[in-house]
Amino acid sequence: MILMEDVWFRYEDGTEALRGVTLQIEDNSALAVMGKSGSGKTTLIKHLNGLLKPVKGRVLVDGMDTREATVAQLSRKVGLVFQNPDHQLFAETVEEEIAFPLKNFGFPPEEIEKRVDWALNLLDLADYRHDSPLSLSGGEKKRVAIASVVAWKPKYLVLDEPTLGQDYGRKLELKRLFEKLRREGHSIIMVTHDVEFAAECKFKVALLVDGQILALGPAEEILSATELLKKASLTAPQLVELFQRLEVKPPVFEVEEAERFILKLAGKAQP
Amino acid sequence: MAIIEAQSLTYKYPNSQKPALQNINLKVEKGEFVVISGPSGCGKTTLCRCFNGLIPHFYGGELQGEIRVNGLNVKEVSTAKLATQVGLVFQNPENQLFSLTVERDVAFGLENLGLPPQEIRRRVDWALNLVGLSGLKDKPPFELSGGQQQKAAIACVLAMQPPIMVFDEPTSFLDPLSAREIFNIIAELHAKLDLTVIVVEHRLEFLTAHASRLIFMDEGKIVLDGKPREVLKEASESFSGKIGIPKVALLHRRLTLQGISLGSTSLTVDELAEPLRRMLHP
Repeated sequence: MILMEDVWFRYEDGTEALRGVTLQIEDNSALAVMGKSGSGKTTLIKHLNGLLKPVKGRVLVDGMDTREATVAQLSRKVGLVFQNPDHQLFAETVEEEIAFPLKNFGFPPEEIEKRVDWALNLLDLADYRHDSPLSLSGGEKKRVAIASVVAWKPKYLVLDEPTLGQDYGRKLELKRLFEKLRREGHSIIMVTHDVEFAAECKFKVALLVDGQILALGPAEEILSATELLKKASLTAPQLVELFQRLEVKPPVFEVEEAERFILKLAGKAQP
Repeated sequence: MAIIEAQSLTYKYPNSQKPALQNINLKVEKGEFVVISGPSGCGKTTLCRCFNGLIPHFYGGELQGEIRVNGLNVKEVSTAKLATQVGLVFQNPENQLFSLTVERDVAFGLENLGLPPQEIRRRVDWALNLVGLSGLKDKPPFELSGGQQQKAAIACVLAMQPPIMVFDEPTSFLDPLSAREIFNIIAELHAKLDLTVIVVEHRLEFLTAHASRLIFMDEGKIVLDGKPREVLKEASESFSGKIGIPKVALLHRRLTLQGISLGSTSLTVDELAEPLRRMLHP
């Protein structure tokens, strides 16, 4: 479990990025941190692997206080995939990129080989293993960045805007990847403003506004709370908006579900 | 005359086996608002790079067929010359902004054109005003929000007054409300100015209602091309697993198949809500 207790963080220029965040991330859970740019989302997740340390309050990762542990120790448990893959990728080939952290963690060569193959296949990158990461498209780079973290199987996988630049097919794959990792006991924490994706994944949602958690709850509840969403510069998913226009409850996220619901209502509506 | 005309355009990046574009035939008339979508790697960004000559002049590779932009043969004309015809706004505004103030960023391209100072001032004010950033002109770009940065990047391109503006996934770094704002600004610019607009985008929910034409690409080819409503109807039948078709369009299709008559494909929530409401609350 990761526990954030009344976490405050201030950047050197005086910006108060986090103002008393308390949050509990259970083992094998899934959380989407949502809010507008500048609301503190990225600052928050940088606290999970100790890249940033609270100026007040504390963060405990499986009981380990991040102020007393090194980033190297924490990274083993908490793998962070940055928003911009260009900030993360540097190796000559995709394969080396994925192997690099594994070498750093001291995995034996045959284990490294096995995990690199596994991660390449998992993210559909096998064809690119000998290519330079820099020659890939934005979406492909993102997948390499994810593969290089997933390969060391951190207990907590933290992703900053994982759907950025990904098309619909890739988003579905990402959703399946999350499901698979969760079945294997991992927790997924993602920062996103992709409301449709968050709705489809049905993660628990934390809305962050001006460095504070404004709301926390199941996707169905938070992503249909129009007023709260507006404060976080988000819009409700299309089907939620549609059902609100129709004054029909409860909110639905899936097209099939919406179809069933409307057909049922239509049956009743007919004289 | 078409402002962009591509004939049998096929392109391979250097050291690449597979062509990124395969036999593209495309005519864009002056004043159109074209949205191009399709899965990653489908060639949509590559196609945009042909419009302003980054392909073949910067990326190299092998370009076959013909492409003309405002009468200029892209293969023969320099990127500097093409830059006056086609303004390109990128995905990540951070890659486009670098000065200490927004105003200076917008002036930079104009200074390079060697325009007189009064003209530069006039155009900077004009462009910042159009994107609604006049109040922030003295701010450093890195202090702006993502949405404001993207507006600044648009102003930089706008100030050059190119007849064609190309936006390559302009909102993928932005939150939904800022994304809507950017789409509204693009639509406003298109309506106010004599512009041809091309937007490459995954996020179709808020954009298709503004567009006059929607193109889907897949594996380097144009697979669907037409009025947004018609293209979305076809796409929801044949490409729904590959492309993020807006959910209202998908729901519209499923309900229509069930015999509910809802008129032509809905582009927005309102367009679907209205007939449904009439049906459910007669």
